[in-house]
Amino acid sequence: MRKQIRSRRGIAATLAGLAASFLPALARANDWQLNMPIGVTDISADVYRVHMMILWVCVVIAIVVFGAMLYAIVQHRKSRGVEPAKFSHSTRVEIIWTVIPVLILIGMALPATETLVKMEDTSGSDMTIKVTGYQWLWEYDYLDEDVRFFSRLHHESDRARQLGSGIDPFTVENYLLEVDNRMVVPVDAKIRLLLTAGDVIHAWWIPDFAIKKDAIPGFINEVWFQPNEIGVYRGQCAELCGRDHAFMPIVVDVRSPEDYQSWLNEQRGDVADRPVAAAER
Amino acid sequence: MSDTTTHAGAHDEHHDTPKGIMRWLTTTNHKDIGTLYLLFALLMFFVGGSMALVIRLELFQPGLQYVNPEFFNQMTTMHALIMIFGAVMPAFVGLANWMIPLQIGAPDMALPRMNNFSFWILPFAFTLLLSTLFMASGAPAGGWTLYPPLVQQTGDSLPFVILAIHLMGISSIMGAINVIVTIMNMRAPGMTLLKMPLFAWTWLITAYLLIAVMPVLAGAVTMLLTDQFFGTTFFHAAGGGDPVMFQHIFWFFGHPEVYIMILPAFGIVSEIIPTFARKPLFGYDAMVYATASIAFLSFIVWAHHMFTVGMPLAGQLFFMFATMLIAVPTGVKVFNWTATMWRGAMTFETPMLFAIAFLFLFTIGGFSGLMLAIVPADYQYHDSYFVVAHFHYVLVPGAVFAIMAGVYYWLPKWTGHMYDETLGKIHFWLSVIGVNVTFFPQHFLGLAGMPRRIPDYATQFTNFNMMSSVGAFIFGLSQLMFVYIIFKAIRGGAKATAQVWDAPQGLEWTVPSPAPHHTFDEAPQVK
Repeated sequence: MRKQIRSRRGIAATLAGLAASFLPALARANDWQLNMPIGVTDISADVYRVHMMILWVCVVIAIVVFGAMLYAIVQHRKSRGVEPAKFSHSTRVEIIWTVIPVLILIGMALPATETLVKMEDTSGSDMTIKVTGYQWLWEYDYLDEDVRFFSRLHHESDRARQLGSGIDPFTVENYLLEVDNRMVVPVDAKIRLLLTAGDVIHAWWIPDFAIKKDAIPGFINEVWFQPNEIGVYRGQCAELCGRDHAFMPIVVDVRSPEDYQSWLNEQRGDVADRPVAAAER
Repeated sequence: MSDTTTHAGAHDEHHDTPKGIMRWLTTTNHKDIGTLYLLFALLMFFVGGSMALVIRLELFQPGLQYVNPEFFNQMTTMHALIMIFGAVMPAFVGLANWMIPLQIGAPDMALPRMNNFSFWILPFAFTLLLSTLFMASGAPAGGWTLYPPLVQQTGDSLPFVILAIHLMGISSIMGAINVIVTIMNMRAPGMTLLKMPLFAWTWLITAYLLIAVMPVLAGAVTMLLTDQFFGTTFFHAAGGGDPVMFQHIFWFFGHPEVYIMILPAFGIVSEIIPTFARKPLFGYDAMVYATASIAFLSFIVWAHHMFTVGMPLAGQLFFMFATMLIAVPTGVKVFNWTATMWRGAMTFETPMLFAIAFLFLFTIGGFSGLMLAIVPADYQYHDSYFVVAHFHYVLVPGAVFAIMAGVYYWLPKWTGHMYDETLGKIHFWLSVIGVNVTFFPQHFLGLAGMPRRIPDYATQFTNFNMMSSVGAFIFGLSQLMFVYIIFKAIRGGAKATAQVWDAPQGLEWTVPSPAPHHTFDEAPQVK
């Protein structure tokens, strides 16, 4: 009997605890982002436009088709005493609703193809960074610059994300979207990335650049971006890569050319921070 | 099982068939085997569903509260494998077993012993698969797509999973052979192919897809097995292999598999809408040809699942255009269903409600599918929650709602009793609300940048995840009603007539309800 009471109390306490842990989350969560970001590259703006174009085409078709369905559901119901019609085909109508979609599809394919061709053109880049995915961190190697470092989940996020850590994720700035060492690049430069992986397949994704590409062991993939605005842009690994797939964010810090140069010099000077390079010397 | 009592009660049998458990183990009757398949699918629907609820519970808010990431990944992997191979596919095979012989006027399936075997493999396959949950290495956690090299880290449970997949494949292939042989050889006199009900047609095409692609999956997982244990390097870059080749092979199976899970649903909806609109199906021939075109196209679009692996431009363009083409026959189907309802005299019993919800919500899934075909935009959508929203829209209010519509539609034929219409409608409304609250916000999450298959997320994704989790629990718990309604109809209820509905078309409505153990001993004449 006493045991029962205790367990009941236990359940009540758990429920109260659950409620207490949900409420502050609800109160502070006020982010309702609905759509894809326009981003900060010409390509990401193109991608956004293509996305919005297909979305609106779908919305218009939906209004027509769902409108017809709803009209039929409201008007052509037995309870209104209607007699069912007998028709069962109409070659003309069937040809019309085969041909029109084909035309719409051609209209959608053209801008999509144009954007894709632009995205695939990696020529004429200003600099190249080799990006290697590992379980569960990224390595950035600035080719020809002698700068190379690892980038992991920031320790504050890492502490908070442990099972039962007791740390409220809302108290951590940029929870799960901050790293210890950011990738730094100059604004307005065409930056080419060479993507590969050391163990399993990962994927490098920054929504603001409209880039997502797999990093595959034994293979090298190419992508490029040209950021138009100074700022910090965040993304995550997008290909399931094991236990800590959710915990290997990507942060790109876009700086002015001067700030980038001074960052680069700083990195070259700081040998202790680059154990791999130090060992090679 | 309470069915036993019902069937024993229907004293139209004077065979010396075994009673009790032996009846079900040794049965070669298409109706019994259909029932077994359907009950098995229902059980697996709840097993896979409870895994989905574990996932949604953990994703209710940011931070890790209940499970560790490893177990979370096991849940996503097992949820998919069980829902696809254990719930949706066996449910369709169950419906095929019950209904195809009744619809084409055949006394049974063509190969009844193989039929028994193909069902009884499944409990063993899923015991093997589920047993991995209790292994030291845990269940597979690399996603149901089993991509190497990650899947090679699975540990001791990998060979169990591979053997389970082989067994499921054997079962599916035998089921498919049975459907094809039955339809090709056992149609009643006068039942030409183009007079067949659409459910039989879509299943015929599905069966060919199954025979074509299940061996491909078997080959892919066998290569994983030899890579892991026999020193081959099909997918190891270090040994000259190619991890991306697995993805090509897998999706050559995987994309037709998508249509294996939706074509029979098209068939069911094509049966139900004319019945409740009291008007013949619009464009029957076009429906058959559209189904065949979709099946053909499904073989040349596989790489749209992997646009981000780094394919040549020409390859990406080909797969984009081919994928967009699928919208044409799919559109024809949706327009034909709408035209069938147009100027009908509709009533809205539970099967019709589910069929109409299918029509609306599957179309939404079709729209997001078209968006995903557009490569530049797909770079943003790929492996995000947008994809999760897309395929759940085509699978849950698509395939699963069609199965539920079919169950409500034919349940009176199977049991001889009408189901409880009020409860059926409540079940429908809870399901349709639950499904949309669960999956619609996931579009927003994906567009805002939330990757799929993660146990924890950045705080800006909290609102829509909370909404989605609430919807998932509404949907999941309301399925208990479905079970209650089914078992209530098995136990009793208003007697169903042979016709059941107002004026349904098809031979299945010419036999009494419940359908006697043996039907069409003498072939009916079809005009």
